[in-house]
Amino acid sequence: MRNKYSVFSLIKNALSYHENWQRAWKDPAPKKEYDAVIVGGGGHGLATAYYLAKKHNMNNIAVVEKGWIGGGNTGRNTTIIRSNYLWDASAGLYDHALKIWEGLSQELNYNVMFSQRGVMNLAHNLQDVRDLKRRTHANRLNGIDAVYLSTEEVKKFCPIINTSPDIRYPVLGGTLQHRAGTARHDAVAWGYARGADAMGVDIIQNCEVKGIKRNGDSVEGIETTKGFIKTKKVGVVAAGHSSVIANMAGLRLPLESKPLQALVSEPVKPIIDTVVMSNAVHAYVSQSDKGELVIGAGTDDYVSYTQKGSHQIVEGTLNAILELYPIFSRMRMLRQWGGIVDICPDASPILSKTSIKGLYFNCGWGTGGFKATPGSGDLFAHTIANDEPHKLNAAFNLNRFVSGDLVDEHGAAAVAH
Amino acid sequence: MFLINCPYCGERDQQEFKAGGEAHIERPKQPTELSDDEWAEYLFMRKNIKGVQFERWNHAHGCRKWFNMVRDTSNDEIKAIYKMGEKPPAQ
Repeated sequence: MRNKYSVFSLIKNALSYHENWQRAWKDPAPKKEYDAVIVGGGGHGLATAYYLAKKHNMNNIAVVEKGWIGGGNTGRNTTIIRSNYLWDASAGLYDHALKIWEGLSQELNYNVMFSQRGVMNLAHNLQDVRDLKRRTHANRLNGIDAVYLSTEEVKKFCPIINTSPDIRYPVLGGTLQHRAGTARHDAVAWGYARGADAMGVDIIQNCEVKGIKRNGDSVEGIETTKGFIKTKKVGVVAAGHSSVIANMAGLRLPLESKPLQALVSEPVKPIIDTVVMSNAVHAYVSQSDKGELVIGAGTDDYVSYTQKGSHQIVEGTLNAILELYPIFSRMRMLRQWGGIVDICPDASPILSKTSIKGLYFNCGWGTGGFKATPGSGDLFAHTIANDEPHKLNAAFNLNRFVSGDLVDEHGAAAVAH
Repeated sequence: MFLINCPYCGERDQQEFKAGGEAHIERPKQPTELSDDEWAEYLFMRKNIKGVQFERWNHAHGCRKWFNMVRDTSNDEIKAIYKMGEKPPAQ
């Protein structure tokens, strides 16, 4: 029985100096067989397991994770959540996720610290202005809140931005999605893990997949560092390492894995109460609840699995940040890190069945997967349980690279990939 | 970030170069006869190897010539560099 987190449990545990909190999830050894196994214990994988158990009554399932849960891109991203995508298919997918975010803390009984502080995207040239206006209209037609802001309105919403006309990339306007914002990334992984575990899902950490066993065209199980696990359904949610798993099954995916960097400053008092993103100069910034500025940089353009990026990428981002926010000129950076992102040719994800029966892939989220975590888990669980995609992820199948029906969000997605 | 020994210019910083993706993907000899599956394979599907990978690079801010590289993508160590048209080294 899982104890509920509440003010009463907080008081009760305070009386015993917080030494007797129940474990949030168990640490089980793998069983011999499961109805389904999810490969990858990040936010998306854990959410998939949670919704498989909750909505599809699949309780005899496991999540296998080669490291610790939430230790990959879930713990490395800049936690931005928004749904202002251009194309209908993307709008449906990302706004589905945003709607779940709005009630997620209550649903999980776990504070994911979802903060709808708004996300503002800046325009720096006339083409940006046209693109952002077009996207604002497209968003509204899809029922997604979006407003276009003039330079003066940008300045009013975020006063520390330098809007003078003589900077290298002047601010000509911007868009604002009020419902967008940030969440606490670790809490998302932990909340889903706790929720899935309570419904009987085995979360098996330090368990790396070494092979996928096939019988002809169907899956029979997976070889792991903790032995063979028999299962008829394998859902792979391995982000940057998706191609590695696909190669084990003899599949090729349209992905390239590249390092993406982020960095945080020393903590300071509240200075920026929203998220500001800029496509043209490739810089985005928000402030964490601890007070650190959270800054996202770009990807290196070569395939690498090193989880570190090039110095000049960070330098370029910080140049742009300093021009837009001169007030940050004496800020010191505290930490910098990289994650491996799996990028699709059309910058849209893949949530799909494959040519192998019982093998499903949820990948290709590229540089912006965190925002979709709840929706991705929900729709991928539907796809695995029914062996058919939900209508919201039907467009995000693998076959689109054969049919040519791509969801081209390169540049259209409000930020460069 | 690493140094690349351009076969024409010598050792230079990686930021002078542009990565050109997986090497030795053969251009279809009869494009008109390709099926949709074969086009998808040629255009989009990639090995995306974690480990030793064969790639094309261009010295974009130098001699602008293309060449091939064998690189371990798990640690960015360059194993070999050879010119276009040369046979890849045995691995």
